[in-house]
Amino acid sequence: MSILVDGETKVICQGITGKAGAFHTARCLEYGTKVVGGVSPGKGGTQSEHGLPVFNTCHDAIAATGADVSMIFVPAPFAVDAGMEAADAGCSLIVLITEGIPTLDMVRLRKYLDEKGVLMVGPNCPGVITPGNCKVGIMPGYIHKPWEDGCKCVGIISRSGTLTYEAVWQCTTRGIAQSTCVGIGGDPVKGLNFVELLEMFENDGQTDAMIIIGEIGGTDEEEAAKYIERHVTKPVVAFIAGRTAPPGKRMGHAGAIISGGEGTAASKIAAMKEAGVAVAESPAAIGETVAGLL
Amino acid sequence: MKVHEYQARELLAEAGVPVPKSYVATTVDQAAAAFDKIGGKAVVKAQVFAGGRGKAGFVKLCDTAEQVRQAATFMLSNRMVSPQTGSEGVEVKKLLVADAVDIESEYYVAVVMDRAKNTAVVMVSQEGGVEIEIVAKEKPGAIIKRWLHPHLGLMSFQCAQLVAGLGFTDKEQAKAAAKVIRGLVNVFHKYDCALAEINPLVRTKSGEILAIDAKMNFDDNAVFRHKRLQEMFDPSGENPMELRAKEHNLSYIPLDGNIGCLVNGAGLAMSTMDLIKLHGGEPANFLDVGGSVTAEEATEAFRIVLSDPKVKGILVNIFGGIAKCDTIAEALIAAAREIGFDVPVVVRLEGTNVERAHELLKEAAIPQLITATDLTDAANKVCAQVA
Repeated sequence: MSILVDGETKVICQGITGKAGAFHTARCLEYGTKVVGGVSPGKGGTQSEHGLPVFNTCHDAIAATGADVSMIFVPAPFAVDAGMEAADAGCSLIVLITEGIPTLDMVRLRKYLDEKGVLMVGPNCPGVITPGNCKVGIMPGYIHKPWEDGCKCVGIISRSGTLTYEAVWQCTTRGIAQSTCVGIGGDPVKGLNFVELLEMFENDGQTDAMIIIGEIGGTDEEEAAKYIERHVTKPVVAFIAGRTAPPGKRMGHAGAIISGGEGTAASKIAAMKEAGVAVAESPAAIGETVAGLL
Repeated sequence: MKVHEYQARELLAEAGVPVPKSYVATTVDQAAAAFDKIGGKAVVKAQVFAGGRGKAGFVKLCDTAEQVRQAATFMLSNRMVSPQTGSEGVEVKKLLVADAVDIESEYYVAVVMDRAKNTAVVMVSQEGGVEIEIVAKEKPGAIIKRWLHPHLGLMSFQCAQLVAGLGFTDKEQAKAAAKVIRGLVNVFHKYDCALAEINPLVRTKSGEILAIDAKMNFDDNAVFRHKRLQEMFDPSGENPMELRAKEHNLSYIPLDGNIGCLVNGAGLAMSTMDLIKLHGGEPANFLDVGGSVTAEEATEAFRIVLSDPKVKGILVNIFGGIAKCDTIAEALIAAAREIGFDVPVVVRLEGTNVERAHELLKEAAIPQLITATDLTDAANKVCAQVA
């Protein structure tokens, strides 16, 4: 088992003829993901460089391929419309890779998706991967270790990209597999968050423990801590980035900012510890901390 | 992105929010002329981004044209130093000369993004004129909040509840307050604000409702679609190195320490700073070179880090995913050739094309280069180098 995506998941790529969309579709196909087509308005009826059918609309793409997930590389000014189109066409999950989407656009998209019951990962994120089965995003596939019988397995939820790769690699080199890794993205308004994903991992038979990678800004980690205390029975390891970040400064991610005294690493770490979560003090100690719990 | 007080007033006035009569002045003569046009008392305010203006003497209440001249002369010929500016202070180029109204009571009205609720919230309070964070801590019940529907915006009943929360019972004043709230919400949406705040909103002795001071922050991701905001942009409010980095798709923030950092990914960049601190060092900067960095951009990143004279050592931490380790290695070699390193550079590479990167670095044989096997090793080595 896994969460969100598996070997049966059929994926379309919105923006498949763009540079990033084409490049990453190729990497996903190499990994074994069932990418079944792409959308690029005005290019319907042609084939992508990967030999996949290209459609003008998501509706056409889904009618022809039966895809259930859309991976979106559409540029920021148009990405939200692309997401709404995917939802209206019947996708059950949207993986929005695009960075730099205006927050008010995200507010509108999030509401639209909630009303339709469509899930979203992102935006401004590396995507989601179920190692060995399905990679929907831009993460390097080879660093992951697929689940196999008898091995220990973690689920990873992260607001960061490369820091997730770091954690994945520390697990893989210690022989710990990953059930699914979800990069929820670095924006203030987003789709799936820690709490929903913790619930999914808690209910996933393959997942033995969870890793949460948070960072400064907002109160998502505090919410996660409250949830863990009440509802999670599996071991959870957390790392929170940004202890040395100055207040009032946006640290790369749109959502990584301490404002009005809210969103500090100290507050998040304290909440996690209070909830019984094992907090890795160093980013180098994430794998080791998980190994100690399994 | 932020704008000056006079610009925020302009946006509010256009949205139908009443503001006191005011003029922008860049010279002493203009300031004096503004006073004459206003008639009566006026307040002269330096237009700078840093706070602490009042205590620094850069907000002055004036009764005569002569006082305005004195205040304007002082503000335009001295740099303003406040706890927010650092000892070097900031230059004042523009003044706002505004009608000084007789205030009876002060209120707070703001629209801000509430990320926990995935939508914006309108907040009002009768505790105006003080920092809202203090009110929130000491008297949380004194703040009334209504969340905006993402598609429908502010509903009339919500607006009425907010007006009631401000305590306006006089019909005309309640109507004026409703207009202020609606106007502020409109500005928030129209210009993609992250924060739009009027503090204080006042009722004057003559019963007028006026926005005295306003603060606005805009969503950097949305500035591309607002020509008006692009025109209002004042680079003096930004760190020049941060701007230079931005032009090269780099995200750079200078800090106080002596270990320069060059990392790919915001989360990894932040945790590299944390790691340095954990090992007893102090980071000199945050620097995220991004996911699809080119060799030229990475070389520029080295230039920026090395331009900080405090830097006594550099830690390069790359987990190659989309960004490839060999690209960074090439940039490192180019930077070594072009600018030369006069400080030790500890390099930790992992991920895509890491073998090729190590080969390149070995061939280049840069004497200041120290390779590290993992994160902890890298942190230990760079901290030992600058100790």
